[in-house]
This record gives sequence, structure tokens and C-alpha cells, in this order.
Amino acid sequence: MPLCTGAVIHPCSHTKAASMVASSRSYADFTPEATFDIKKVDLHRLEEGPPLTATLTREEGLKYYRTMQTIRRMELKADQLYKQKIIRGFCHLYDGQEACAVGIEGGITLSDHLITAYRAHGYTLTRGGTVREIMAELTGRRGGIAKGKGGSMHMYTKNFYGGNGIVGAQVPLGAGVALACKYLGNDQLCVSLYGDGAANQGQIFETYNMSSLWKLPIIFICENNQYGMGTSVERSSASTEYYKRGDYIPGLRVDGMDVLCVREATKFAADHCRSGKGPILMELQTYRYHGHSMSDPGVSYRTREEIQEVRSKSDPISMLKDRMLSNNMASIEELKEIDIAVRKEIEDAAQFATTDPEPPLDDLCSHIFANDQPFEVRGATPWTKLTSTS
Amino acid sequence: MLHCWDGARFPPGGTISIPAKEFNLGFIRPVNSVSHGLRVFTCPLVNVRDALNQAMDEELERDERVFLLGEEVAQYDGAYKVSRGLWKKYGDKRIIDTPITEMGFAGIAVGAAFAGLRPICEFMTWNFSMQAIDQVINSAAKTYYMSAGAQPVPIVFRGPNGSSAGVAAQHSQCFAAWYGHCPGLKVVSPWNSEDARGLLKAAIRDDNPVVFLENELMYGVPFDLSEDVLQKDFVVPIGKAKVERRGTHITLVSHSRCVGFCLDAASVLAKEGVECEVVNLRTIRPLDVDTIEASVMKTGHLVTVEGGWPQYGVGAEICARVMEGPAFNYLDAPAVRVTGVDIPMPYAKILEDHSVPQIKDIIFSVKKVLNM
Repeated sequence: MPLCTGAVIHPCSHTKAASMVASSRSYADFTPEATFDIKKVDLHRLEEGPPLTATLTREEGLKYYRTMQTIRRMELKADQLYKQKIIRGFCHLYDGQEACAVGIEGGITLSDHLITAYRAHGYTLTRGGTVREIMAELTGRRGGIAKGKGGSMHMYTKNFYGGNGIVGAQVPLGAGVALACKYLGNDQLCVSLYGDGAANQGQIFETYNMSSLWKLPIIFICENNQYGMGTSVERSSASTEYYKRGDYIPGLRVDGMDVLCVREATKFAADHCRSGKGPILMELQTYRYHGHSMSDPGVSYRTREEIQEVRSKSDPISMLKDRMLSNNMASIEELKEIDIAVRKEIEDAAQFATTDPEPPLDDLCSHIFANDQPFEVRGATPWTKLTSTS
Repeated sequence: MLHCWDGARFPPGGTISIPAKEFNLGFIRPVNSVSHGLRVFTCPLVNVRDALNQAMDEELERDERVFLLGEEVAQYDGAYKVSRGLWKKYGDKRIIDTPITEMGFAGIAVGAAFAGLRPICEFMTWNFSMQAIDQVINSAAKTYYMSAGAQPVPIVFRGPNGSSAGVAAQHSQCFAAWYGHCPGLKVVSPWNSEDARGLLKAAIRDDNPVVFLENELMYGVPFDLSEDVLQKDFVVPIGKAKVERRGTHITLVSHSRCVGFCLDAASVLAKEGVECEVVNLRTIRPLDVDTIEASVMKTGHLVTVEGGWPQYGVGAEICARVMEGPAFNYLDAPAVRVTGVDIPMPYAKILEDHSVPQIKDIIFSVKKVLNM
């Protein structure tokens, strides 16, 4: 079966390792579900917010753990491959922000829609992509999720509209998707993500206006990781209360390092949208461990101490792990096995991504137009005649 | 999409000595320069990045009204390090970091130019200028005309243009034809360090809006700069092309990085007895038709070379102008264009390599035009 991280993990199935572990503990020993206190959310133009507690089942916990760990290891592998020059061009890594992608997905369904900017590998995964296809896209091979033609910033899956390179442009696009949802009456919504750097873009304010006027089912989410490339929020934004920037749009400011906080806030926001109240805005306070991209060491505008502090005190994966272990929802061995399985999945994917062949030259001119007759494309010289197919 | 470069390969300025075989410029020197073996360079090697940096530094010093704004230009030293050291030297007033809001800050820059300042507005790449293009065209380019000469707009918009390496479709477009289309704008496209230095100085000193199209892949490439070029008042006149290599059989007209490819192709063709004349446009608008025509009237054959798409492009304009002028009667064969492939830029290396004009495409076209 495909190693899909969306699948529910049962410890005594699938892996040989699991069945070989002489576990002295059976299912009955683990707590099936627990309720956790979560940080209060700051509210803007809202009387009430998401609940102050979240209930996590063992299954959910293991699923979130595995998915976040997969994103983490996938991004670290991408770092390696980039340094080996096997991945080229742009590569914007998501490690540190895993709770956002996983928590959001926990609050919506795959029939809802999502669009984000260029720090998109994690979302490609949570939205149904496989590690294999994502890595092969990064290495520009024919098995890539966009057949090697898009690269890091241009990956798509069903109901996931990328991966977008131009800062802020994805936000009105998301509102357009939401408009279609309302138009088609399908009770779906669109999550439209952007960063703290993008939050000042004019087109985002234009989108706030139209979404509110027309009561579109859109959740605006600002992933505030404190820095827009090398510029801290204080240096870019007259107001750093991004959850209030929608003005007339109700807003929430959420701890983006806690997957349960993110999930509960997303559920709350989704209910708001689906009840026809129109847009809502969430600010997720999060952090990226890597620099802006692989070309940015990430330490000229922030200190190593700061990065280390976030890692040691607020790491999303550690937080979930500690919660589960201290509430007896999983064992250390079990989580270690998941780690091993994830490592293997990443290794296999990397192996595929480095050995799969590049796209065929026939693909050069394909996919210019949809549903069209094949037509001639001018190559580099007038004598180079190429063909485009849909 | 936002990115930076990790630093120059060569020391800025200074003299260094490199054996010829290690001196990998990717092209063979033009015939009218000194060939080198092992020698100590008396002309300093300056890469394009440093040439731009020094030009801006000197112009900031010369005229207090000049200032630089853009994303990451100040504290980050520039996304590609082109503005390295300038914020440290000139401070917040003259070197301004903007939020990621191109439409807004381009408008602010034009407004500052209206009021008598001389802004340099950097787009991190020209792809992002599309967010601000209304300000460039409608607010900057047309205002002097609309005001019947009352309101000049002494602004420079600069940044890297065209394809890079592996940055995919949204980050690889060439805008020479788009901006070259508009009256009221000057559009320049330097190739080497001398071009970069001289044209940037000229652009900053020009009282008109200038679109300055750099090339990311040229930033790290070093070139000899003579003493004359290093003078503080050295400018390369806007609107004048340069013949980089004299030849008699065919004219190659190009701009930016492709000039280097033309020189490479010319070296290869010279071995087969074909002498190419290579014209470096330097300026897209106003186009130096005289230099192109003089060359075509001498050689009788024309190939244009550019990185941008063919349709409605720079090469198309050159061919049309040659058709309409005296040089047409001297053509022994139709003029032909070598261009980027007419597709959005793919990411995979093998596809990207086949999307841009290669030296072999230039050689092939020359031979076809010369009926070889």
C-alpha cells in the first residue's frame, strides 16, 4: 500500500518491526483519548473563540505525529539534496512549522480547498501528495508531482492549488476558489494562506473587502514566522497584529506551534464559514528553523540562540510527543518505530527522486493549452519546430 | 520566490593573477583585447555585481538626491548582494528596506521623483515588477509627455531580468520587449561590467525613467576594467550599441548574457573561416538602429539573439527596422531570430537547458543564413 501519512497507524500492523517488538504492553494499556488544556486564543471582533481544551485520541495523536515527523524529515532530506546540488533553484523549507499544516488539515477535510505560497512542501503532503512525488518534483524528474515542470514552488494536488511564487497573489486566488464553492453550493470552503511578509500586500486587502462583501467561505490564515526573508515583522509592518488586519473580518491569534491549538481554531473557523457568516482570519504564530530559502543561512537577521530556544522550548513534534507519553497514549518504542518507518519512507523516496529519469524532451512544449489540438511551437531558431500537446 | 545569493566569487576590485586555463569566463575574449597567459593583470578584475555596487556608491556620493529603495537592499545587503555595504555607509535615509509591496513602493518611488529626488527603485527580480507595472508605465513613463514637459521623472528601476537556473516559470521571464514597447521609457540591458557600470551611472544621471535590466547569472562574472572605465564620471551613453567583435560575413545582434554566447559562437565559427560581427545593443530603447544598419550593410547577413520569447520581441523589432530602412537592400538572405523557446520556463534541468538559446543554436542559424 502507498505509504500515505494520512493513514491511521496501528502499532501492531504493517511493519515487521512492530510485530517483532516483544511488547509487554497491549492496546488496553494505552489511554485511548485525553483532553489537554490549550492556550487561549486572542480574539478580534468575536464574542467567543475556540474551546480552551482539546481532546486527542490515540489514533489522531499517532497520525499527527507521523505526519509532522514525515514533513520534518522530508524537509531535512531536501536540505541535504540541495547541498549536493541535486535540487536546484529555489527551495523554501518548512521545518518548525509542521503543526500549522497538520493542524489545519485536522480541522477541515480533503474535499475542502487550500492554497498557499511557496513554502509549500508540507501542504502538498497533507493535501494528499506522497513523499516520492514531492521529492521527485524537487529533483526535476518525470515522476514528480508536476512531472518535473514546476519545481519546489509549483506543486498541485486535488483541491490544492499550489505552491505559488508571487508573494500575495495566492490570496485572491483562494477567494476565487471560495467564490466557486459558494456558487456551486457545495458547503466547501477554501483556506488561503500567506506569511507575515505578504500580509502587507495590497491585493490581500482587496481580497478582504470582496470576501466580506460577498460573504465568501474563506479562511484567511497568516502564518507568522516572524520574518519575511530577512526582514523582521517590526521592520515591515506598522501593525504586527496580523489577526486584526482584516479590520471588519473577525480574527483569531493562535499558537501555531501546538497542533491541537491549530486544529481547534481551524474547526472553529470552518464552522464560522460554513454557517454562511463569511470570511474569518487566523494568525498562526510559528517559526521556521531554516533560513528563508536554501540560499539564506538565516542567521544574519536573527541569532542562533533564538533559533535554538524555539527548538528546545516550542518544537511542535516534541510537544505532541511529550503530551502523548506523559498521558500514556503511546510508548517510546512505538514512537521510535514510527521514526524508523518515516526515515525509511524518506530514504526510499530520495532514492526514487535521484534515480528516476528526467522528463522526456517531448514534454518541453506540452501543457501550454488545455483541450486543444496539437500545434507547432517555435523553438530557439526558426528551423526548430516543436509540437505542443494538451 | 524571494532569494539571495551567497556572495561574490572574486574579490571586489583589486588585482589578481590567474593562469589563463583557470580563467573560466564561459566565452573567449574579443579579438581586440589582449590575450593572456600567465600574467599579472594591470586592469583590475571587477565582476558585474561589484561594478553595479561601485556605480551606485559613487552616484550616491555625488548627488544627495539619489537614494535606493527595495526589498532587502539595506540590512540584508541586497538579495543578490548588489547593494552590499551601502546601508552601512549611507544609512536609513538613503538606503531603504521596503515591505513586500511592489505596487506601493514603486508608486512611492515615482512620487519622490516627481518631487525632485532621484530614486533607484529595485525590484528583486523583474518578474515582480508586474505587480507594479502600472506605476512604471502610467505614472513614470507617460508623465513628462502628459504634462507637456512640466514634470520630469528622474527615476531608475533596476533588478535582475530573464532566466536564471532552476527558478521555474514565474521567476524566469524576460521583460525587455514589454518595457521596450513603451514611449517615455528608456530601457537598458548591460552585458559586462563596463556596460553595467557605465549604463547605471548614465541611468542615474538621466532625467528620465530608465528600466535597467540586469542578469543574475552575470553578477558573478569578472571582467577587466580599464583605468578610463574606473573614472568617476565614466558613463556609457544610453542609446548607443557597441561592436564587441568586428567581422565581415554576418552580423549578430544581441543584448545581456546572450552577447557572451554570440562571442563564443563567433570563436567557433572563426575556425571555419566565418567572421561574425557581434553587436552588443546595450540599450533596448532607444534602439541604436544606425549601428545595426551599418553592420548589416557591411556583412549582408543578420541574426538576432535574445533570451526572451520570440513573439513581438526585441529580435522582431530589429528585423522590422532593418526591413524598413536602407539596410534591407544589402541583405543577401532573410534576417533571422534566435530566441528563447515559446513556452513557460520548465523546472527540470534538461527541459530548462532546451528552453534557452544555446551557442549551438547560434552557430546553426549562422550557417543556415550563410547557406553553409
